[in-house]
Amino acid sequence: MNAAAAADPRGRARRRSQWRRRRTVAALLAPWAIGFGAFFAYPLIASLYYSFTHYDLLSSPRWIGLANYEYLFNTDPQIWQAVKNTLWLIAIMVPAQVLFALGLALLISRARRGVGVLRTIFYLPALAPIVAATLGFVYLFNPATGPVNTILNAIGIEGPLWLNGTTTAKPTLVLLALWSIGATLIIFLAAVLDVPAHLLESAELDGAGSWRRFRYVTLPTISPVLLFAIVIGVIDALQYFTQAYVAAGVAQGGQAGESAKALGYPEGSTLFYPIYLYEQAFARFNMGYASAMTILMLVVALALTLVILRNARRWVYYQGEAR
Amino acid sequence: MKVRVVAATALAASAIFAAGCGGSGSSSGAGGDIPAYNSSEHVTISYWVPFTGGELNFVKKVVHGFEESHPGIKVNVSGNINDEKIIAATRSGNVPDAALSFTTNNTGVFCKDGTFLNLGDAIKRDGIDLNNFPAAQRKYTEFEGVRCVLPAMADTYGLYYNKKMLEGAGISAPPRTMSELSADAKKLTVRSGNSFKTVGFTPYIGFYENSAEHYGPLWSAEWQQSNGKSAVASNPGWAEMAEWIKELVDYYGHSSLVRFQSGAGEEFSGSNAFQTEKLAMALDGEWRTALIKSEAPKLQYGTAPMPVADNRSQLYGSGFTIGNITGIPKGSPHPAAAWELIKYLATNVKPQIELTEDLGNIPTWIPALEQAKTKASPQFQTFLNVFANPHTTTPPITASGESMQKTLENYLEKYQAGEGGDLHKGLEGVASQIDAQEAQAKAGNTP
Repeated sequence: MNAAAAADPRGRARRRSQWRRRRTVAALLAPWAIGFGAFFAYPLIASLYYSFTHYDLLSSPRWIGLANYEYLFNTDPQIWQAVKNTLWLIAIMVPAQVLFALGLALLISRARRGVGVLRTIFYLPALAPIVAATLGFVYLFNPATGPVNTILNAIGIEGPLWLNGTTTAKPTLVLLALWSIGATLIIFLAAVLDVPAHLLESAELDGAGSWRRFRYVTLPTISPVLLFAIVIGVIDALQYFTQAYVAAGVAQGGQAGESAKALGYPEGSTLFYPIYLYEQAFARFNMGYASAMTILMLVVALALTLVILRNARRWVYYQGEAR
Repeated sequence: MKVRVVAATALAASAIFAAGCGGSGSSSGAGGDIPAYNSSEHVTISYWVPFTGGELNFVKKVVHGFEESHPGIKVNVSGNINDEKIIAATRSGNVPDAALSFTTNNTGVFCKDGTFLNLGDAIKRDGIDLNNFPAAQRKYTEFEGVRCVLPAMADTYGLYYNKKMLEGAGISAPPRTMSELSADAKKLTVRSGNSFKTVGFTPYIGFYENSAEHYGPLWSAEWQQSNGKSAVASNPGWAEMAEWIKELVDYYGHSSLVRFQSGAGEEFSGSNAFQTEKLAMALDGEWRTALIKSEAPKLQYGTAPMPVADNRSQLYGSGFTIGNITGIPKGSPHPAAAWELIKYLATNVKPQIELTEDLGNIPTWIPALEQAKTKASPQFQTFLNVFANPHTTTPPITASGESMQKTLENYLEKYQAGEGGDLHKGLEGVASQIDAQEAQAKAGNTP
């Protein structure tokens, strides 16, 4: 910049205007930037740092290099049980949720009357607080005194142990997840109702039956919503905590909230990754190790999402997109 | 009464948040600085305790007695505070003046890095004779030479039995050995199809007060070898205990027993299975006497020491003891007044007798214990005797807190369900895991 340019009053005014615009942009971005920094970037970076330390919450973190990761991958016998249980959720609960919500949405969309009422009825459970809903399920599925087994007994069937059985605890939690599927259902319902009627009619005129209309018209049209539900379902499964935490404590015979000694009950079958992470961080005070577990979870969540998104290119159809 | 309450609403993501938001705690070492209290000083102090409901009111009543004897000190008692909250407060700077914990095993966690102030100098200055605390209580309030907490009432365990049911089954006296306990349990069990009307005794780990910690002493099963390594695999008592538990669980059928237990009622409620006569015998703490008095006063029951392993009959009369610990967290705004409070609760006959009468706990100050003996009901006297028995033990205080108990119980839960594989290999795995956890807590080279 030379002296002449600096002295140019029009140039100064332009620079002032640019500066003002930048300040406005910065001010508008500030709430997001502060939130992002304080509640995402800083905790993430701090967790990454703590994952390389021995940190018991009480004394200063001490650098131990990769020891936490070595223990995680090579020594800790419980971690694989937690991983296995969480993978089970991804493999069973997520598809069950998606299929159930989609099936319900299709059924409701076909109803000629009372769509609003049906939509409300199926959405209502999603409004129940998670802890209250879980307590309700523990009561309903109590193997000895619960109404479900009482009814089964009345018709001559010995009901399973539900949340108290190693093989049935996870499937019972899936039932709870299906019961509170309302939010996903509403999204699917909106997508299904949004399928262009003229396409369905054209397909019908071309002789397509209901399955072919669903397979070649409805499914491609709602595929972005399907992708969204799968990604969110997988992330939720990786963070699955509250229901398992409450159910284990109460099913074991404790009170709501007295769950620390029952984590993973029965016999570790509900010891999901976040439950074990919580136990390490807040019951055993191994925050350094818990941070390493958190980083691994983040990497796995990212990897799974990437795999799903890359794979989705083959089956997700966006309107207006040339295929 | 021991009530461990844990916060029920933590999401997995909170680990990230908590890790990120936590400042780095500073290690101040174990030395504590507790000045002498100036009686002309007027202060209001906070006291955090885990008690809730009626028990909290009893504690407040006792603390009120302290306020009367110390006119310059007013105490705000907050209930339903667990160790997580105490630790979080210590880190955040919102520190209570004094706190009480149910988790005796966390003494090592509290003492090792000065999270609770070292009480050694104050004890010496005020001339407190530590011999007025029973040996077990002296042991579990100290970690590696640092005494950072005082005992404030203790728990011990014994056998509760339903007199009417035992008489009905022709059993003239409570069992003294594990074989007798098994035989009596089977005699007292009344089946109803695939379920039970009454269960004689359930040994199931995880049910009510059944835990490795409470059973172990009955087989002389120790937690550590002389070199500090885990004795879970090397001490034969643990394997014998596991086999005894499994044999009795198998008798009932694991699935049937779990079904019965799921309908047995909450432990700390009026629907407790022993109180409602669904369970003929139960391992339980001394506090149950107070609960029965208020919730099931018509129950005809007796108490006895827990039966012991058949080959260790000399242990009969002994058991397991543990108790509340109280101390002054680092950063306490008024450590001098806080010291007066915890000293009052731990080393005075009056509050200890009041807590014995109200909570049904055992005094930890020997002069109070002697006085309690003169007033005890026959049922409560059993626990005083178990408490005084020289063979009664308490687990070692370790740097890793409750980890060793949790690790062993995780395995035993699987073993009793028939999913633990080879017992000796399983226990070896548990022992090496406990050693790894303890090594990390001390040296920090693993998590």
